[in-house]
Amino acid sequence: MAGRWKNDLNWSEVTPKAAFMNRRQLIAGATALAAGGIAGPALAKLGAKPSEYSTDATPNTLEEISSYNNFYEFGTGKNDPAEYADALTIDPWTVKIDGMVDKPGDYSFDDIMSGVSLEERIYRFRCVEAWSMVVPWVGFELADLLNRVGVQPGAKYVAFETLYRPEEMWAQKRPILEWPYREGLRLDEAMNPLTILSTGLYDEPMPKQNGAPLRLVVPWKYGFKSIKSIVRISLVEEMPPTSWNMANAREYGFYSNVNPQVDHPRWSQASERQVGGGLFAKRIPTLMFNGYESEVAGMYADMDLSKFY
Amino acid sequence: MTLTDRINAAFRAVPTWLLYIVAPLPAAWWFYLGFTGGLGVEPIKALEHEVGLFALQLLIAGLAVTPLRRFAGINLIKHRRAIGVVAFFYVLLHLLIWLVLDMSLLWSQIAADLVKRWYIIIGMASFVLLIPLAVTSNNWSVRKLGPAWRKLHKLVYAACLLGGLHFVILSKGFQLEPMLYMAAVVGLVALRMVPKRSRMMARA
Repeated sequence: MAGRWKNDLNWSEVTPKAAFMNRRQLIAGATALAAGGIAGPALAKLGAKPSEYSTDATPNTLEEISSYNNFYEFGTGKNDPAEYADALTIDPWTVKIDGMVDKPGDYSFDDIMSGVSLEERIYRFRCVEAWSMVVPWVGFELADLLNRVGVQPGAKYVAFETLYRPEEMWAQKRPILEWPYREGLRLDEAMNPLTILSTGLYDEPMPKQNGAPLRLVVPWKYGFKSIKSIVRISLVEEMPPTSWNMANAREYGFYSNVNPQVDHPRWSQASERQVGGGLFAKRIPTLMFNGYESEVAGMYADMDLSKFY
Repeated sequence: MTLTDRINAAFRAVPTWLLYIVAPLPAAWWFYLGFTGGLGVEPIKALEHEVGLFALQLLIAGLAVTPLRRFAGINLIKHRRAIGVVAFFYVLLHLLIWLVLDMSLLWSQIAADLVKRWYIIIGMASFVLLIPLAVTSNNWSVRKLGPAWRKLHKLVYAACLLGGLHFVILSKGFQLEPMLYMAAVVGLVALRMVPKRSRMMARA
């Protein structure tokens, strides 16, 4: 948290990828033609600093991370978000911060980004469907934002909401879940330094299918807790309703910590398969709290995790 | 010659063995795609899903043969056995993909799934019901079993219903596609219960 670099540029000043890609791809394309080789596209660097919280594991490729997504607002197929998320308008973007906070209000994305220093957090990511990835997120600690808006003493939980805009998110016209998508964290979970609001991947702005422009990442919980394209953050006293828990409370608890010992009624959580290993990728054992046990187990010390799953 | 007659003549002209030749092609194609990146970055799940869905489609096609003849006059009876046998092999392939590729032959976890997860129990039950049907899908068994053969093969209704249910309950949230498959199975099984007499009266 300490020693953050202060940034006086606004998010809106980042050159849109499409703009510089066009120019560079022309140049790169010409060079490639001349050299008879293949030139990779240039990347828009966000300049995120490395973090001690990053894992040493090799990250999945950007293609893997951005073509295999659960973002049911764009369809239930894994490739649907990559196919349909283009329709989403992310500029302008406003996040309503309300509830038990000192400075409630509608914060523009630039407001939120001013005064944060971006870090690269390479985290393991474990889906409840028993697949996993290693993702180089770019983001900042949720605690930074919460401290900025001032959490009032009575607040015990943080509730999040995804954008509801069926004209751009076509599958919101289907009753797959009760829209908008909702998630929540206990306040201590939200303030944990591992919990970040992420705005990018691979030091580039977040692809829309991964929850642009702003999403939560909680690496010791199943992926569905890491809500995408957030438009509302509320500090509340009561445990907030969460989408998958509303759909099927027996299968999806509020906490949903990665836990190989507590069986999910639908999928065994004992093992997982990392995406990207091809047709013969083997399963590997799932780690308690997805490998973040030393950082987070203390928060659940006196809880029966088979009851509070 | 009516349109129905022409359709029937066309189907009659297709030799039965042709279906068995063509049947493995989709599976071969999906494996090829899986090897070459055409099934996306998680080819195991994609392959499992494609093969399973095709198996269910074949089961439904098999179920449709009798109602098609009875209500539309289209006669595919000649090919029904081949459809059923091919469906069985796709169910078997789906099961093998789950065991070998998806579960990496982790037998303790497989065993736990087989007693704990309802969609797996139901899917496996459907497969088990199909075994005696596949084994007796030959002329010798039909002769040997006589009237018992027809009774035995009514198990296919249960196998199809379980297969449809397997798809419905493994899907997360409220999804339309598995419901439509389930509706097709239920509808085709229900058509068997339409009494023959009331149909004649309706026509009169």
